[in-house]
Amino acid sequence: MPTVLVLEQALNGLQFGLMLFLLAAGLTLVFGVMDMINLAHGSLYMVGAFIGAWIVGLTGSFVIGIVGAVIGTALFGMALESTLLRSLYARDHLSQVLATFALILILNDGTRMVFGNDLPLSAPDALAGPVELLPGLSYPAYRLVIIGAGLALAVLLYVLVAKTRMGALVRAGASNGEMATAMGVDIKRLFTIVFGIGAGLCAVAGVLMGPLLAVQVGMGENILILAFVVIVIGGIGSIRGALVGALLVGVVDTVGRTVMQSLFREFMPPQMASAAGPAVASVAIYVFMAALLAIRPRGLFPARG
Amino acid sequence: MPKHLSSTAAAALLATILTGLTGAALAADKVKVGFVSTLSGPSAAIGVDIRDGFMLAVNLNGGKLGGLPAEVLVSDDQFKPDVAKGLFEKAIKRDKVDFMTGVVFSNIMLAALPEALDANVFYVSPNAAPSPMAGKDCNPLFFAVAWPNDAYHEAAGQFANQRNLKSVYLMAPNYQAGKDSLAGFKRTFKGKVVGENYTKLGQLDYAAELAEVRAAKPDVLYVFLPGGMGINFIKQFVGAGLGKDMTLLLPGFGADQDVISAVGAPMSGIFNTAHWSPDFTNPANVKFVAEFRKAYGRTPTLYASQGYDTANLLNAAVHDVKGRLEDHDAVRKALKAARFESVRGPFRFNTNQYPIQNYYVRTIGSDGNGGLVNKSFSEPILKDHGDAYVQDCKMKP
Repeated sequence: MPTVLVLEQALNGLQFGLMLFLLAAGLTLVFGVMDMINLAHGSLYMVGAFIGAWIVGLTGSFVIGIVGAVIGTALFGMALESTLLRSLYARDHLSQVLATFALILILNDGTRMVFGNDLPLSAPDALAGPVELLPGLSYPAYRLVIIGAGLALAVLLYVLVAKTRMGALVRAGASNGEMATAMGVDIKRLFTIVFGIGAGLCAVAGVLMGPLLAVQVGMGENILILAFVVIVIGGIGSIRGALVGALLVGVVDTVGRTVMQSLFREFMPPQMASAAGPAVASVAIYVFMAALLAIRPRGLFPARG
Repeated sequence: MPKHLSSTAAAALLATILTGLTGAALAADKVKVGFVSTLSGPSAAIGVDIRDGFMLAVNLNGGKLGGLPAEVLVSDDQFKPDVAKGLFEKAIKRDKVDFMTGVVFSNIMLAALPEALDANVFYVSPNAAPSPMAGKDCNPLFFAVAWPNDAYHEAAGQFANQRNLKSVYLMAPNYQAGKDSLAGFKRTFKGKVVGENYTKLGQLDYAAELAEVRAAKPDVLYVFLPGGMGINFIKQFVGAGLGKDMTLLLPGFGADQDVISAVGAPMSGIFNTAHWSPDFTNPANVKFVAEFRKAYGRTPTLYASQGYDTANLLNAAVHDVKGRLEDHDAVRKALKAARFESVRGPFRFNTNQYPIQNYYVRTIGSDGNGGLVNKSFSEPILKDHGDAYVQDCKMKP
């Protein structure tokens, strides 16, 4: 396999992985800190994409769209947390799953009522073309921006969680919530803020992925499952785990669509190889998850000891 | 209101007596058409255009089909085969429609079609025309108005030969129409196939596939990706800068007005193949394009032309049987005769009830008002072309 192809596919895997990370980071914090399974996390990704696409349509500026989507979705997330989800913390996981599943359906139809089934969103014209990284390797400028934004946010989150006072509170909450409360942490406010940050990250992912996929109702459901796989692999509550898990899943997915397919093509017709490659890749992700859980039941980097 | 009830009862009684007396079926007093199509999601533009073309023909006809008031029951399959199946069942069993039509995608139609065929209801397809229905599974109740799934691709393969392009990379979604399309291209193309990739139906991100195409270095990249899939693909193809390395050749619907308005300037100069083009000068088409623009404020797509033709075919058939819709043999004969002016020009049904017609190469150029529009080459690339499956159809004429 030529080097250029390997490099390009590595970049593709990195790009997909980083977007998964933005989703998984919020999910892992909410799950880790509040011990709350939020299935509606993918709906926040959808809400963010719709708000962003709507603002881009009004103003014509992609940057304003992202900023607006982050603020709007974060506020929406915090409102959701303080009115509805807060009452679920004390319940068991089954009630949380049921309630947030209902929320998915409500938000889907709510979005459909407000914005319609889909909204158009294109990458900014300046980023519509390719950038020549190496001779023979052109890579879409827009995907490079996504990679850049994903890496920058990963660093920012790391600094926030590892180096700031708020991060210390979050980590304290994740490793032992009761003890943190006993030490005088305002856990209610902390939860609301964490939820808002998670929603904001969803919005970034939603708006950035919008031009590559489609801004449509239900867009969050497929990717949510992968995000859960990511946080289970990475260790619940751990930002570092979410990053490593997301990159692993992103790369395995891309490898499945390409390397596996070309291997299968050696001995079966192309239609079957094209179906088998991605199928084996998805199986590989879950097998990897199962194997990892057998060795490390709490994931790669568990937040709780 | 007892008075109202009794008059209804009297009318019913009278009708029963009359039927008994004449011993013949009465002409229907209206035509009911069940229209199930993809009207939401990334591929919604297709269903919307088929519907708009269909309704335009009905409206230009004064809301009638074949002289009878037409009732068109429109519903959205949400791009889901199971939803379409349910909607078919509802239209046929509850609303008792006379004809079913509307579906965009072959996989969705094939899932829902048995509901119509088993209930002895005609399905007149404005778009999907999969190969099995042309050959071994052909059915007297099934008419394909648009074009056999393979045809555009056979035309594209022929065009690649004509341009002396030696190697091709093929890509299509992994479903019936996708497989048909690439089989069609390979049937006429004489060069070498350097790569063949079947993507997931509904896939929107093609980064990994584009990297493979770049590595395979074909002369021409031929892609069958309808609706939103194609729009995303072309944007990403342009974004990856592959345009300077290879010719992108598309089937007509992959470079139609909906795709042009979504992708914009990069579409200029792209070649594609189709059975219809907005610049055709036959009188039926001139009227259609002008009326469509007037009614909806946009240039019609192929899909719109197909919806329009489908309604006009039904109009002609209902007219020919003088409203006796329950006489299935007569209706079938009338449909098969296709006595209407198609916007595509010459057109007739083959023995398998699939079309025989001409196919053209189109290229995208300026419309003179700052926009882009398809223009057809005057000579057809394939003339009086049918399909490759007709000999497997054992249907009685």
